[in-house]
Amino acid sequence: MAMVDEPLYPIAVLIDELKNDDIQLRLNSIRRLSTIARALGEERTRKELIPFLSENSDDDDEVLLAMAEELGVFIPFVGGIEYAHVLLPPLESLCTVEETCVREKAVESLCKIGSQMKENDLVESFVPLVKRLAAGEWFAARVSACGIFHVAYQGCTDVLKTELRATYSQLCQDDMPMVRRAAASNLGKFATTVESTFLIAEIMTMFDDLTKDDQDSVRLLAVEGCAALGKLLEPQDCVARILPVIVNFSQDKSWRVRYMVANQLYELCEAVGPDCTRTDLVPAYVRLLRDNEAEVRIAAAGKVTKFCRLLNPELAIQHILPCVKELSSDSSQHVRSALASVIMGMAPILGKDSTIEHLLPIFLSLLKDEFPDVRLNIISKLDQVNQVIGIDLLSQSLLPAIVELAEDRHWRVRLAIIEYVPLLASQLGIGFFDDKLGALCMQWLQDKVYSIREAAANNLKRLAEEFGPEWAMQHLVPQVLDMVNNPHYLHRMMVLRAISLMAPVMGSEITCSKFLPVVVEASKDRVPNIKFNVAKLLQSLIPIVDQSVVDKTIRQCLVDLSEDPDVDVRYFANQALNSIDGTTAAQS
Amino acid sequence: MAYHMIFRFRQPRRRFELASQFVMSDQSRAKKSVFGERSAGEEVQEVDIISAIEFDNSGNHLATGDRGGRVVLFERTDTNNSSGTRRELEEADYPLRHPEFRYKTEFQSHDPEFDYLKSLEIEEKINKIRWCQTANGALFLLSTNDKTIKFWKVQDKKIKKICDMNSDPSRAIGNGTIASSSNSNITSSCLVNGGVSEVNNSLCTDFSLPPGGISSLRLPVVTSHESSPMARCRRVYAHAHDYHINSISNNSDGETFISADDLRINLWNLEISNQSFNIVDVKPAKMEDLSEVITSAEFHPTHCNMLAYSSSKGSIRLIDLRQSALCDSHSKLFEEPEQAGPKSFFTEIIASVSDIKFAKEGRYLLSRDYMTLKLWDINMDAGPVATFQVHEYLKPKLCDLYENDSIFDKFECCISGNGLRAATGSYSNLFRVFGVAPGSTETATLEASRNPMRRHVPIPSRPSRTLSSITRVVSRGSESPGVDGNTNALDYTTKLLHLAWHPNENSIACAAANSLYMYYA
Repeated sequence: MAMVDEPLYPIAVLIDELKNDDIQLRLNSIRRLSTIARALGEERTRKELIPFLSENSDDDDEVLLAMAEELGVFIPFVGGIEYAHVLLPPLESLCTVEETCVREKAVESLCKIGSQMKENDLVESFVPLVKRLAAGEWFAARVSACGIFHVAYQGCTDVLKTELRATYSQLCQDDMPMVRRAAASNLGKFATTVESTFLIAEIMTMFDDLTKDDQDSVRLLAVEGCAALGKLLEPQDCVARILPVIVNFSQDKSWRVRYMVANQLYELCEAVGPDCTRTDLVPAYVRLLRDNEAEVRIAAAGKVTKFCRLLNPELAIQHILPCVKELSSDSSQHVRSALASVIMGMAPILGKDSTIEHLLPIFLSLLKDEFPDVRLNIISKLDQVNQVIGIDLLSQSLLPAIVELAEDRHWRVRLAIIEYVPLLASQLGIGFFDDKLGALCMQWLQDKVYSIREAAANNLKRLAEEFGPEWAMQHLVPQVLDMVNNPHYLHRMMVLRAISLMAPVMGSEITCSKFLPVVVEASKDRVPNIKFNVAKLLQSLIPIVDQSVVDKTIRQCLVDLSEDPDVDVRYFANQALNSIDGTTAAQS
Repeated sequence: MAYHMIFRFRQPRRRFELASQFVMSDQSRAKKSVFGERSAGEEVQEVDIISAIEFDNSGNHLATGDRGGRVVLFERTDTNNSSGTRRELEEADYPLRHPEFRYKTEFQSHDPEFDYLKSLEIEEKINKIRWCQTANGALFLLSTNDKTIKFWKVQDKKIKKICDMNSDPSRAIGNGTIASSSNSNITSSCLVNGGVSEVNNSLCTDFSLPPGGISSLRLPVVTSHESSPMARCRRVYAHAHDYHINSISNNSDGETFISADDLRINLWNLEISNQSFNIVDVKPAKMEDLSEVITSAEFHPTHCNMLAYSSSKGSIRLIDLRQSALCDSHSKLFEEPEQAGPKSFFTEIIASVSDIKFAKEGRYLLSRDYMTLKLWDINMDAGPVATFQVHEYLKPKLCDLYENDSIFDKFECCISGNGLRAATGSYSNLFRVFGVAPGSTETATLEASRNPMRRHVPIPSRPSRTLSSITRVVSRGSESPGVDGNTNALDYTTKLLHLAWHPNENSIACAAANSLYMYYA
């Protein structure tokens, strides 16, 4: 056993803990690998620490993950870029573990290191590593190999490049679907580094093979490659090679592949350009919107606005809109919900007239949907339509539906509407609000569900902020204060809640003249819950009102409450009294 | 001692012989496993009864699960010569070396649990084991009990000894200031870590380390001795089944698998344990309308989109995952055309399919119901290609079998890698092997015991070349009480439910109570 000088002791422990039984300690040591490396010096890091780590690949996943991450930024600690190759062996062994996230991190770190390496180092050590992994006995190694080809390819000789392309092509035809999946998902990345002459000749051949794979999961990932490859190809090549693939995929036997196309189609449109979009992709998209499988329609419906943005309005009206109409009465609620969440965005694309003519009926039918999610999705995007068709039309046609929702049977729907009321109010203006929504706001204060009452009180505060204290004084305060005589104590309690929220907005004067008398009156309520809430409310009013009012009214009221027979009332009253004394003491 | 070789005959091929036998006994539950031979009078422990058997894809490993929630792995010992030479040997008609397996390791896969919400006990019994593709040389398998599926990794782990520490534990403890980290008690480790962060900061800012590093620091030296297999549970797929899981099956894509219970089939990704997709749901709106339950489900061996499931009404449905996300409607239905003869109370009970297995190429499908083994061509849904009577002589005894619940026994079936033969179990530890190739009339009945050929076995209706006519020298004393070579005294309590065919050789592993038997042809 070696004895270590006292100041070095913590580092020594850190090193020892690389092999501790406790995973937390090992993890801690690995995260401070740079400190250890610094203490050992560059040479010993290269000769001892790195080989030591290379043998550590049977540790727990968390430790391995941390190690893979640390090694990615370890070049400075091994003596700079010319020694970067010493980092490859431990990462190579991490590339073969079975846990995907560790492998991915190791691949990421290898890419980081490889992209900094000098060209001859790359040829000497990185390319052989790629080849070794690609020829690995088990699939984990081959899967990892797929992710580092693009780094190896950039800096190597023509002979090696030919070899690497051939190897990648083999990986695309591997026996293991896992390897083919990795090859498919990394093909776009690899293609960006390959010279354009080989792009058509070789990469596209690999791509074609992958698009015809028996395994759905491989084809699925090939779909994702379409957009990436399309961007690399010349437009005419893209039309010739990628477009037919996309059109085929959109009619694939497997709904999962069609689902993927539906999700990605608008990106593919960019790759093939507007002309082909019109002639080929619009029909493909229409097919997807009418797919037999609800999951595909959900994906397609969710992208309808993004897709329409790529088209001119006539095309959208002619081809897409009929499908949208069908989808608005789709048998699956999830399809309707997906449509409702994006359809409002179509209004700016179509313009005012078309929106009124075509979209408004759809909005109305979705607003009356039996499924609450659908209705909510529409309401949450009302402002987008407002800007297009103007407030008058909106209020005429949509407001009845909104009012209906405000009284919906499902409290979550009501809650969502309440949350949109301030927004609606600001869009519709004071006059309109007074007529239609004012009464509703008061009605919600007496809702059966607490969350709604709570939201309603909060809503009053936000309205007061929106329209100012004077308007609130006129339209909100009298109605709220009337409720204090409500026979139900829970409703009387809501008045207190509303006051506590509104008081800071309304200011000291209104609080003293309007609220305080009501609160003091409520302190004589027969229900203890009301009384201790009065105590809590009074406490919150102290900073708002003048000291004189505190001394004159609030203190007296609290003193009365502090002699209440109920223990809770006394407790909260005393707490409020203490806080008065606290503020007075602070001021004096 | 790893296993016992009971017999080793040199026989013409196509005869099945007992190659080896493993007895799961109580001793083996102890830390160091010893597969003791069961002595004649010893009672079979309930927990040792084997409930699942499965070969891996290569045929180099065999796993068994038992009622005690334990999984035992066996590995092949005769894999040194390459497959090429083995084939040559076969062709040259050399006496073929039969596969030899030895005990590798075991682990406790499931423990008994209690579901407090439903007041239900969850047994630890392993219902199914399935092997997964190996990613890096370690072994991976899925095991399930009634409710929970677990993903296991078994790997040789070197036993490591660490020496040459920087800090001397004895000194550190002696000082009482900073305890050794290798003792790893919580308070001291906190202290240590706290200290490190301080020094770390000061190292970065104030001190400059000497460029050559500090020579007095050392890395721990790890010396590894022998390695031993270690099982680690990688993932737990739980809370997805309301009813008892009867099957799990891997997809050919290597990333997904299904689990089936009485009413539903769920689809999982191996890497994601917190969500699964329900793909089949046969639960009726009202449970009173329930007339059929799922008894078994299996993925097609090569087509990633196809899976088959069997029902208690005797039908097998093939579904296509490409068609839609919810596969409640099947794409093909395989049913025996309705029999014209009189129906008895038992007709429906014995029609229930207890197991289905795809043949290697995926064109044929084997199914087992109480009385028969059937072979189906998935391109022909009019009826089975062939039907084999497993224990026709039990027909008059159905009433007795119903009374002692034996009629509900779920016999498994298996098909050889080349698709030429199929096997399934019966009572009295018997199992039967049928030639399923067109025109084959081969049938054999064997008893899974140490002395299989001792007694006369009912001869099936077909002309057969069974081994039962061959007399053998018996090496051990008699056992199997209650069997006296007479079919009337069939022992219903000794039933051979679980068996598996080696993927590329003519050998069968089968379980009778707590014993595992290997037979080869």
